[in-house]
Amino acid sequence: MKGCDISIEGVSKSFGTFNALEDATITINKGEFFSLLGPSGCGKTTLLRIIAGFETPDSGIVTFDGKNIIGIDPNKRQSNTVFQNYALFPHLSVYENVAFPLRIRKVDNKTINKKVMEYIHLVQLDAHVYKKPNQLSGGQKQRVAIARALINEPSVLLLDEPLSALDAKLRSNLLVELDAIHDQIGITFIYVTHDQSEALSVSDRIAVMNQGKVLQIGTPFEIYESPATEFVAKFIGETNLFDSRVVECVPYKNDEFMVTLDVPELGKQIKVTDYDETKQGQQVSFTVRPEKVRITLEEPQSNNKEINVFKGIVEEPVYSGFQSKLYVKLDNGTELKVFKQHQNYLEDGPEISWKDTVYVSWSANDGYIVEVINQ
Amino acid sequence: MSRQKLLASRNYGIPYSFPMGIWFSLFFLLPIGIIITYSFMKKGLHGGVLWQPTLDAYAQMLNPSYGRLFIRTLQVTFISTVLSIAIALPCGYAMARSKMQTLLLFLIIIPFWTNSLIRINAWIAILGNEGFINETLRKIGLIHESLPLLYNQSAVILVLVYMYLPYAILPIFTAMDKFDFSLLEAARDLGATKPQSMFKVLLPNVRSGIVTAIIFTFIPIFGAYTVPLLVGGKDSYMIGNIVVDQVTKVRNWPLASAFSMIITVVSTAGVLWMMGTSAREAARSKAALGKQDGAL
Repeated sequence: MKGCDISIEGVSKSFGTFNALEDATITINKGEFFSLLGPSGCGKTTLLRIIAGFETPDSGIVTFDGKNIIGIDPNKRQSNTVFQNYALFPHLSVYENVAFPLRIRKVDNKTINKKVMEYIHLVQLDAHVYKKPNQLSGGQKQRVAIARALINEPSVLLLDEPLSALDAKLRSNLLVELDAIHDQIGITFIYVTHDQSEALSVSDRIAVMNQGKVLQIGTPFEIYESPATEFVAKFIGETNLFDSRVVECVPYKNDEFMVTLDVPELGKQIKVTDYDETKQGQQVSFTVRPEKVRITLEEPQSNNKEINVFKGIVEEPVYSGFQSKLYVKLDNGTELKVFKQHQNYLEDGPEISWKDTVYVSWSANDGYIVEVINQ
Repeated sequence: MSRQKLLASRNYGIPYSFPMGIWFSLFFLLPIGIIITYSFMKKGLHGGVLWQPTLDAYAQMLNPSYGRLFIRTLQVTFISTVLSIAIALPCGYAMARSKMQTLLLFLIIIPFWTNSLIRINAWIAILGNEGFINETLRKIGLIHESLPLLYNQSAVILVLVYMYLPYAILPIFTAMDKFDFSLLEAARDLGATKPQSMFKVLLPNVRSGIVTAIIFTFIPIFGAYTVPLLVGGKDSYMIGNIVVDQVTKVRNWPLASAFSMIITVVSTAGVLWMMGTSAREAARSKAALGKQDGAL
């Protein structure tokens, strides 16, 4: 494989009194599509700039295949960057922009022509070779930037929110292409984004960051289904989060535990399964994703103790085509977010609408204890 | 054709340019016309011209000593312009990247508040035998005899650069200010060294500013006469000084006009050449594109 292993060890960086990065430690595997995900100001771009060589960390090291690269000039690193604002050279044509890295290396014209055409073809810009950047659309500009960053055959491609300036449709198309390019050339991609759906859909693994700290590293599935902290749970997708206290924790099937939680906001005890043992009286944060909550007009007839059922009134249904987002006000006043998929055309029984009395329920398996809050 | 397109297709701007036209005719075309006419007339006895067409003035100009003077003027102008641009480039770069742009711009403009003659005389006070530099060097014991800093070619170039530097800095700063400095990072990322990123990315993108700066410095320096007169020596005379001498002392107005014509022609040729390089560059890249298009 052509990529390289990257290891970020205890990297910190502050600007004045602002701590942009605190003790970030991430290991990225050869050929991986790795995303740094977080809100603006979380330090993801700073980390990318450190890897690219535009910033020097205050402490910690970054290694490419085991070799420390801190202190090496950006032009001597095996990484190339795709910038958020494209950073195309306005005085050069598409052809010359892509050829720039080769011209710097004084490659002969014949080789340049062959390679430039190859990479322009890779990003499907064959029809625009001799245009200047100001004659291109945003999506085309970004393709040029990608071709230009790849032509040097770097071991690592760094992408700094490359799609954020494009409209939604184009963004998802380009994302699929980016994924295809990654599969085709097989180098390591480090993708910085604040858009969780982008990160979830293409990444092999994701590091979720906030306020300069790496909160969780995992596959998209792990990040979504078992968020490590409240922040991760709230930032990735939508969720219902409640502070709760452990009432009981007993062994359950396999190596799971069945936990009974007292949730003051819900007004009664609920059941949830968890792989980690918790102690009685411990404060925890409990979450249930809106799409995992069932909503019915009749009370679910089940004696199964593992189903949590609440009664409430639909406060605000938001129809969005493939699904409806419903805000259900429980009897004790707490609002719960529920997503209802429209799998069949008007066949889910009577339509649930505004001010209907409904029952919301979820199985103990679908809830999740996010974080044990130490006090 | 829609009404809007119709309106756009006729150039309604032209009538509004008449104040510019009047100004241009009255203060540019007319005087130039007078000078051209005078240069082809016979010299009047006590100044002025006799209305007899002749090429006398241009014949007098063929004198080899005037040829040497012309070459020297070009030399001094060339060196001063190159120095001004060389200093203005880093200045403009630093100003464009600085957070105190307004203050720095202000500092560049401050010298214009003082009359240029006073500023030239200030240089005499600095460079003279009893001037600031010589006095200081004497005090710290580095020299005993005064250094001949004034009344030579170097003094002329120094003061010319000082006088016209703001005219070079301002257009270069304006161009640099519009430049997206993240392009330098992109260049570095793609393998360029620091100097390579400056020469291959920064300079081509601030080209228009540099061309303007060259025009703004080259033309006034080529016609300069106060600076060589006040800080120059015997061998520092420039064409501007000849023009003044011919008008005020020798009272040979046709010759003065002929020399003026030289200044005008050289300046215009310089401007056209500078503007032509951009056009030629564009044409060349277009031709290259056409060729490659054919090859595809």
